[in-house]
Amino acid sequence: MSILIYAESQNGKVAKSAKELASYAKAYADKTGQEVFAVGAGLEDAGELFKYGVNKVLTVENETLKQFNAFAHAQMVADAARKNDANLVLISSSNDAVYMGPVLADLLDAGYVSQVISLPEESDTFIVKRKVFSNKGIAYTEVLTDNKLLRIAKNSFGVIEKPVEGTLEKFEPEVDLSVYDEYKVVKVDKATGKISLSDADIVVSAGRGLKGPENWGMIEELADVLGAATACSKPVADLGWRPHQEHVGQTGKQIAPNLYIAVGISGAIQHLAGVNGSKNMVVINNDPEAPFFKAADYGVVGDAFEVVPKLIEKIKAFKKQ
Amino acid sequence: MKILFLMSSVPDTTSKINFTDNDTKFDESGIQFVINPHDEFGLTKAVQIKEKNGAEITVLNVGTAKTEPVIRKVLAIGADKAVRIDAEPLDSYFTAVQIADYIKKHNDFDLIIAGKESLDYNGGMVHGLVAGMTGLKFVNAVMGLELKDDKTVEVAREIDGGKEYIETTLPLIIGGQKGLVKEEELRIPNMRGIMMARKKPLEVLPPVDAPVRTKIDKFEKPAPKGAIKLVDKDNLDELIDLLHNEAKVI
Repeated sequence: MSILIYAESQNGKVAKSAKELASYAKAYADKTGQEVFAVGAGLEDAGELFKYGVNKVLTVENETLKQFNAFAHAQMVADAARKNDANLVLISSSNDAVYMGPVLADLLDAGYVSQVISLPEESDTFIVKRKVFSNKGIAYTEVLTDNKLLRIAKNSFGVIEKPVEGTLEKFEPEVDLSVYDEYKVVKVDKATGKISLSDADIVVSAGRGLKGPENWGMIEELADVLGAATACSKPVADLGWRPHQEHVGQTGKQIAPNLYIAVGISGAIQHLAGVNGSKNMVVINNDPEAPFFKAADYGVVGDAFEVVPKLIEKIKAFKKQ
Repeated sequence: MKILFLMSSVPDTTSKINFTDNDTKFDESGIQFVINPHDEFGLTKAVQIKEKNGAEITVLNVGTAKTEPVIRKVLAIGADKAVRIDAEPLDSYFTAVQIADYIKKHNDFDLIIAGKESLDYNGGMVHGLVAGMTGLKFVNAVMGLELKDDKTVEVAREIDGGKEYIETTLPLIIGGQKGLVKEEELRIPNMRGIMMARKKPLEVLPPVDAPVRTKIDKFEKPAPKGAIKLVDKDNLDELIDLLHNEAKVI
């Protein structure tokens, strides 16, 4: 028996999410004496995965498969699992993996668990913890099938280096490529040069406390000095002050960066549901009664228009050190 | 055109979540149930298609009689008829088997609209499992849908950092979300709709036998946050020190 991870790429390189999956798989493999395999299409630096404990990377060089298609990639992963005797398969929580997950679960006849935040419990049965009720609860979920598929919540396990001597193996999966004709990609809109909200380690977010869209300059500058992505609350997106893609919250994007800075956001329960997976939260608000002060790790009570520009200067000075 | 709208009934988004029976069950006391917010965008889209092109909308829910007030709300907003498969949705696999069975028996839906995930168990998989079981086409996290002709449809799906536009054909299952229609276009029931909904058919079907593949043994609440550390607004160096040395994030 072995563990298989679906390794995604970002601009041709092994994505951070794949390193996190590898770290998770290695930690579990060490307890159970299994090997870790990875499969991915078009990974230019597939050997990177050895650093995180992957014993063998199945590299797929088929040009068509380098583009994501949920049905084709599900077949690719299922074929890799079958041929390598893997009964535990791990995928990330990227939009592509979330799309592919149920299709893959169906091909593998696997019990599938989303939003997993822990290694399997030490027990006779296979139990993992997962996030439910938009981060307001945790469910100990038992998987009853032989084949198991886990979707690991972003940033829940971390990237841990555990180098092994690994091997690369060319893999030509049995995939029916006609599915690419059924779903023709006609256009892709992707902001280039900007840090995307879903990948960002740091996110700077602002709400109605900023009074108007003309005041976002300082938010963008703060994000800029921190190498962060920008986000906003739902009212701000609804008012058209900021694009909808920036809305984080229960019905917007759900994010889990290492650091989330909320400026002029009161912290309504629906907003917190989208961001409370963040490792650290900082709130800046002039109302000390704002509910966000109960949820955050660090807080500054003060006027955003006074605090943010000062903070930008302080961070610039700190970065120069 | 025939549209099937897959609806989840979930706790209102402002609900406080508690567990009962030794933390093995979600405590429903005092909870208000609503149409899953991701589903609402798809429902409005279905109603818009009906108004523009003509369509019959069937709402399907797997649930006990408790979900009927929420199903009636969907009828009031514009669905024409309802089907409830009378079962507790035990896990995503069990639920998907019920829906797939219904679709296979009818086999005449052009568009099947679900939400990308329900805001209770956040599995995000029922509609995708149904696609696998029925062999129907499927696109997830859909933020835009345009019918090109009787058969062809262009959908925009969310990808990390942007959108991907895909041309595909009906019949199709989509996992909808925000963006499918504008927030201000979302429909709410009006008095006339509520009156009409009372007369619309709501068929109750027995479930088919299906196993579960996963099972929740117990729940817990996330560990409470430690007390917040407040930093004086005139001493932001302290904040930078905390973020650098304690949180180790900058």
